[in-house]
Amino acid sequence: MAEPRTIKIEVLRYNPERDLEPHFQTFEVPFTPDTSVLQGLQYIKDHLDGSLTFRWSCRMAICGSCGKMVNGKPVLSCHTFLRDYYPKVRIEPLDHFPILRDLAIDQTDFVNNKLPSVKPYLMPKDEKPVSEGPFLQTPAQLQQYYQYSQCINCLLCYAACPQYGLNAKFTGPAALALLHRYNADSRDQGWEERAELLDAEEGVWGCTLVGYCSEVCPKQVDPAHAINQNKVNSAMDYFGLLKFLMPRGGA
Amino acid sequence: MHTVETDVVVVGGGGAGLRAAIAVADSDPRLRVALVSKVVPMRSHTVAAEGGSAGVIRSDDSLDNHFDDTVGGGDWLCDQDVVEYFVAHCTEQMTQLEHWGCPWSRKDDGNVNVRFFGGMKVQRTWFAADKTGFHMLHTLFQTSLKYASIKRYDEFFCADLIVEDGRVQGVLAIEIATGEFHVFECKAAIICTGGAGRVFGQNTNAGIVTGDGMGIAFRHGVPLRDMEFVQWHPTTLPGTGVLITEGCRGEGAILTNKDGYRYLQDYGLGPPDPWPRPKAMELGPRDRLSQAFWYEEQKGRTVSTALGSAVWLDLRHLGAARIHERLPLITEVAKTFVGVDPVTAPIPVRPAVHYTMGGILCNGHTETPLKGLYAAGECSSVGVHGANRLGSNSLAEIVVFGKAAGERAARYAQAAAGARTDAVRKQAEAAEARLLALLGRERGERVATIRDEMHEAMETGVGIFRNAEGMKEACAKLAALRERYRQGLKLDDRNRAFNTEWLSAIELGFGLELAEVIAQSALNRKESRGAHTRLDEFKERDDANYLKHTLAYRTGDGPPRLEYAPVTITKSPPKARVYGGEGKKAVLT
Repeated sequence: MAEPRTIKIEVLRYNPERDLEPHFQTFEVPFTPDTSVLQGLQYIKDHLDGSLTFRWSCRMAICGSCGKMVNGKPVLSCHTFLRDYYPKVRIEPLDHFPILRDLAIDQTDFVNNKLPSVKPYLMPKDEKPVSEGPFLQTPAQLQQYYQYSQCINCLLCYAACPQYGLNAKFTGPAALALLHRYNADSRDQGWEERAELLDAEEGVWGCTLVGYCSEVCPKQVDPAHAINQNKVNSAMDYFGLLKFLMPRGGA
Repeated sequence: MHTVETDVVVVGGGGAGLRAAIAVADSDPRLRVALVSKVVPMRSHTVAAEGGSAGVIRSDDSLDNHFDDTVGGGDWLCDQDVVEYFVAHCTEQMTQLEHWGCPWSRKDDGNVNVRFFGGMKVQRTWFAADKTGFHMLHTLFQTSLKYASIKRYDEFFCADLIVEDGRVQGVLAIEIATGEFHVFECKAAIICTGGAGRVFGQNTNAGIVTGDGMGIAFRHGVPLRDMEFVQWHPTTLPGTGVLITEGCRGEGAILTNKDGYRYLQDYGLGPPDPWPRPKAMELGPRDRLSQAFWYEEQKGRTVSTALGSAVWLDLRHLGAARIHERLPLITEVAKTFVGVDPVTAPIPVRPAVHYTMGGILCNGHTETPLKGLYAAGECSSVGVHGANRLGSNSLAEIVVFGKAAGERAARYAQAAAGARTDAVRKQAEAAEARLLALLGRERGERVATIRDEMHEAMETGVGIFRNAEGMKEACAKLAALRERYRQGLKLDDRNRAFNTEWLSAIELGFGLELAEVIAQSALNRKESRGAHTRLDEFKERDDANYLKHTLAYRTGDGPPRLEYAPVTITKSPPKARVYGGEGKKAVLT
C-alpha cells in the first residue's frame, strides 16, 4: 500500500439554518492513488466534521447521486480521483441549482417537472397481452435509441448547460435526450404527444449548440446530438414532413 | 408534525417498491399510494445490479429446470411452494418490463436473448448488456410517472411504523431536506427497503443498503428469518468491493490463481474442459466459488495487490467486440478503479458481501405476521433463496413479488378500516421525541467509530467460513456495541435540514441489531448449508436437525430469541448438491 499523502480539500459550506451565504472551508485529507474525491469527502465526514453534507450511494457511477463541481467542472465524485488534483482541490455543489445544504442541491425541478414533462414511457405502437410475449426488436432497432437510454440522471449536463443557467424553464439536455430515447424506439408511437414540448421554446429550440453537456456526460449519452437531431425533426414537423419521412422519429 | 392521509404506503423506491406501487395503482386507481423513499427512486440500489434476471424462455429450458436450479442452489432451504409460484411468474414479469420499454438485449431475429449464470442448467438470464438493474429500475420509475394515484415522497427517510390495535396504521418519515416529521396515516404498508449488506465492511452494496426496513419490522415484533445466510459474491474489485458481474463468466470468462491455474477444478467444480459447461467450473454457484477463493488464499496461491489479495478474472479470449457489446459497465469500472482494460488484461477480483438471503418473514403472498404489513424484495424472506441465492433470481424476485405485494396490499386496503388518527398521532409524536433525542447529546462516540467496529466484528467472526469461537466473539462484541450505542452517540451536526449524520445514526441503530441477529442465528445453526459454512465440528449439512428456517424475534436490549420453523418441501426432497462433472460443452448465445 502506497504511503498516503495529504491533500487540501476546499469545500463549499452552506447551512440554511445558520448561514446568510455560502463560504469555503478547507480540510486536510490523507489519500492514496486510488482514493476518489467521494472517499475524500467521506473521510471528512467520518473523522473531521460529521456535519459536511453531500449525496452519494453506489460509488460506481451508476446511481447518479454524487455529482459535484470539482475545480469548476461537473463530475461524478466517485469516478474522480484526488491524485489528479494534488496538492489542492475545490469542491462545490453542481452549478445552476439551488443549494439545500453544503454540496446537496435541490434536484426537484428536474425530477418532478422536467423529467415527467417529456412523457418518458413507452406509448406502444401495438397492444398485446403480456401472455403473448415480448415484441420483436432487432439489434439494429435497439441501437437507434440505446445510447440515449444510458442516462443516469446525474444532472452534470444541467450544471454544464449555459442555457439552463440563464433560463431554468429550458427542458434541458438529459430530459430532451430521454424524450428522443422513446421517440426513437421502434415499439413507440408517442412522438406526436411529445411534439408539443419538443417544438416549444423551452424544448429543443432553447439549446444554443454549446455542446458542453455531451462533453461532461459520464455515460456518453450525447444529449447535444439528441437535441440537434430533434431540431431537424421539429423543423420538419413544422412543415408537416416528419410523418412522411421519419415515422419513427429518426436518430 | 405533518399528516398525510393515504391508503397504501410503499417504503422504498427500488425495483420492488416501484413494482408494488404500480400494482396497487393497476389494481384499484382509487387507492392512494404514497411511495416513500430515502433517495430519489432511480438512485436505489437496484440500479447497480448488472448481469440479468431469470425467466424461462428457451425451448430447451423448463419451469422444472428453473425450480431445480433454485432449490438445489439454495441447498434445499427454499420453500418449494413459493419457488413454484416464483418460476411460473418470472417470464411474465420480464415480458411486462419489455412491454414497458426495457431495452433487453436481442438476438439478430429480434427475439430477447438470454445468457448463462452460475448454477443454471440452461441459459435463462435476460439481460440488458451488463446494466440490467439500471434499465429495469429506470423503466419502472419512468413507467410509474404515468400513474396519477402514485404520489412520491422522494428523500423521505422512513423511521418507524405505527402499529395500533394489532395492525399497521401509519408510517413515520423524516423529510430529509427540512428534517421535519411526516406521519402517513394508512391502511397498509409494503416494505421494500432492500438488504442489509452494509453491516459488513467489504461489500458490493451502495451506502444506502443499511437494512432499515428489516430493523423497523423487527422492532415491531415481526421475526427475521434465515438471517445467517449472507451471500459473498465471488468477483468484486479488491478495496472498493465494486461488483464485477457473474455475466462475465456467463459469457465465458475464466478464473485463475497467481500461477495461471484454473483453481476451481480443485474444489469439486471440474474438470476444467470442455468449457463452458453449465453448473461447472466458473459457472458454479456463488457460495462454492467464494469458498474456493478462501482456500486459495490459505494456500498462498492468490495474487497480492495494493488493495488486498485477489485472483484473476480473465475475459481476454472473448475479444473486444463481445466485451464491449455485452459488458460495457464492467469494462468502465475495471478501467476506472483498478486501471485494467479487460480486453488486454485480466481483472483482479475477490469475494465481498453481496446479498442477504434472509429478511422479514412473509408468506408466499408477501404477507407478514403483522396485519397490514407486506414485504417484497431483498428485505423480505419470502422463501425463494434458501441458503444461497441463485444469480439472476433477485431481479426476478423484485418484480414477481413486488407485484404480488401491491395486489395483496390493495385488496386488504379496500376492505380495511381507516387509521385511528388520534392514536396514530400520539405514537408518532413519541417516536419523534425519541429520534430527536439523538440530535441533542453532548457526549458520546462518533457514528463512524461504532460502525467501523461493527464491520470489523462481522468480517472477522461471521465471514465466508465460520466457527463457534469466532461467532461467539462477534456476538459479544455486537452486544457491547449495542450498549455503547445506547450510551449515546455525539453528532457534530445538530441541525434539522439535510442532516445526514443524524440519519446515519438512525441507520446504525438498525444495523447493530441486524448484525447481532445474523451472528446469533449463525452461531445457533450447528451445521453447514449453502452460504453458512462452518469449519468447526459442524462441517456437514444436517437435514435431521437443521432442515428448518431460523426465526429471530426481538427481545429488547438483549440478543434475539431464536425459534425454528419447518421448510415446505413439495416435490424435491433434499439431495447432495452436485456441480462440475463431465458434460457437454455449451454453445453460448
